[in-house]
Amino acid sequence: MLTFIIYKLIICVAVFGLSLAVAAYSTLWERKLSALLQDRVGPDRAGPFGLLQPLADGGKMFFKEEIIPNVSNKFLFILGPSLVMLTALMTGAVIPWAKDAYVGGTLYSMQITDINIGILYLFGVVSVGVYGIMIGGWASNNKYALLGSMRASSQMISYEIAMGIAVIALIITSGGTLSLREIVEQQDAGLANIVWQPLGFIIFFVCALAETNRAPFDLPECEAELVGGYHTEYSSMKLGLFLFAEYINMFISSAVMAAFYFGGYNFPFAQELYDAMGLADGSKWIAIIGFAAYFTKIFLFISVFMWIRWTLPRFRYDQLMNLGWRILLPLSLLNLGITVVVEYFRGHITF
Amino acid sequence: MLLGYTITQWLFGILSFLSIMFGLMVVFSRNPVNSVLYLVLTFFCIAGHYLLLNAQFLAVVHIVVYAGAIMVLFLFVIMLMDLNHDNEPQKTWLTKIIAGIAGGMLLCVLVGSLKGSEQLGISQYGSSQIGMVKNLGKVLFSEFLFPFEIASILLLAALVGSIMIGKKEIK
Repeated sequence: MLTFIIYKLIICVAVFGLSLAVAAYSTLWERKLSALLQDRVGPDRAGPFGLLQPLADGGKMFFKEEIIPNVSNKFLFILGPSLVMLTALMTGAVIPWAKDAYVGGTLYSMQITDINIGILYLFGVVSVGVYGIMIGGWASNNKYALLGSMRASSQMISYEIAMGIAVIALIITSGGTLSLREIVEQQDAGLANIVWQPLGFIIFFVCALAETNRAPFDLPECEAELVGGYHTEYSSMKLGLFLFAEYINMFISSAVMAAFYFGGYNFPFAQELYDAMGLADGSKWIAIIGFAAYFTKIFLFISVFMWIRWTLPRFRYDQLMNLGWRILLPLSLLNLGITVVVEYFRGHITF
Repeated sequence: MLLGYTITQWLFGILSFLSIMFGLMVVFSRNPVNSVLYLVLTFFCIAGHYLLLNAQFLAVVHIVVYAGAIMVLFLFVIMLMDLNHDNEPQKTWLTKIIAGIAGGMLLCVLVGSLKGSEQLGISQYGSSQIGMVKNLGKVLFSEFLFPFEIASILLLAALVGSIMIGKKEIK
């Protein structure tokens, strides 16, 4: 019992630390990548290649003066960013990071918890996350902030529908399981889900961009119209939490996409490689190599998110709604129909 | 075992207390935005009850649909209406008395129905695993397919109706 608790504690802290570390260094990578795309140098003063820049940014955030508008509801004002951060960190719990491995003779799973409703859990946490933005925007007692939070919530609700239907098609392809671990494992031997779900992946990707409020869907914080959007009144580390949660969400949605459509910790010819290296099932090295493969995929996705941000201009609000309701929703329904027919002929569905 | 109760009983007690307390706060809080937020908390407590009953699917769907979508729309409308100031219209005494009587009658019906409930046997699907996604799906799509489809038609009708009402002009 004690070892179990210690193991769970270690893996919780590891996922927590990983999310924060990746989010911190995503900020640096975003600035470096934008510099590359715009033919600049980017941050290079703090440490070698600017590697200490995230620490400097974090330190700056902590030491900034903290202002709470005295007409606002103080409790809700503080609750907003906390809730955004909480839900961002909670999503990491159901992601399988690597294959099970023996440590000291016992088989340990490299996942905080493998609940059989993993996908629904993700949707639940994400849909609660919007409250942080809404509460924060409302409690600021500022028109721009309120408009920003309204935009955030309507955008998230609209895109959740297309995303959900795309995921239903994915669940059918992967044999009717809601557990992320089983979805990854059934891509172990065969092809990755992207082969069967190309349209589903595109829909999911666009919706993930919208759900994380990344450009070109960053209307909730559209500077040109809304000053700073829902975080106009925030300063110091509370603003930091809002900005930081966006990077954590980006990391987790990249991880989810890699697990759903690109096989997670599996990679082509993985079994051949392990056989050639003489590794038995449950070896530590299999877990480490799988984790590295998974991380490469996540890194690529994060880079694509950033690439899109520094390439595409922002949507107009009516364009955003048209895309969500008139294009993505019918497309996802079409995808669901095609998936059912294809899976019937593949023999995964019987009547 | 803690003070003679199992952990489940403790959880049930705490969750029940919290759900009733938040439910009362919904009614008593002055600020409508706070009311909505308390209602969201009540939904979370009820989802906790579903988890205690081993109905994971129902619990998560409850959170996704009620807390994650419907209450967001509630909050949306209430925030835009700006009901911050206590400018709600005063009700007359007649309205208050009628509301009191109607509420009291509803309470009587609820208490009456609860009184008979102890004689009911536990459902024929006695297995505690009925709340799992697979089992629930099987029952819904085989034995209860007809009521399930009827419910979906009802929802569709409500959807079409709300769009019709929401449209400014019908062509």
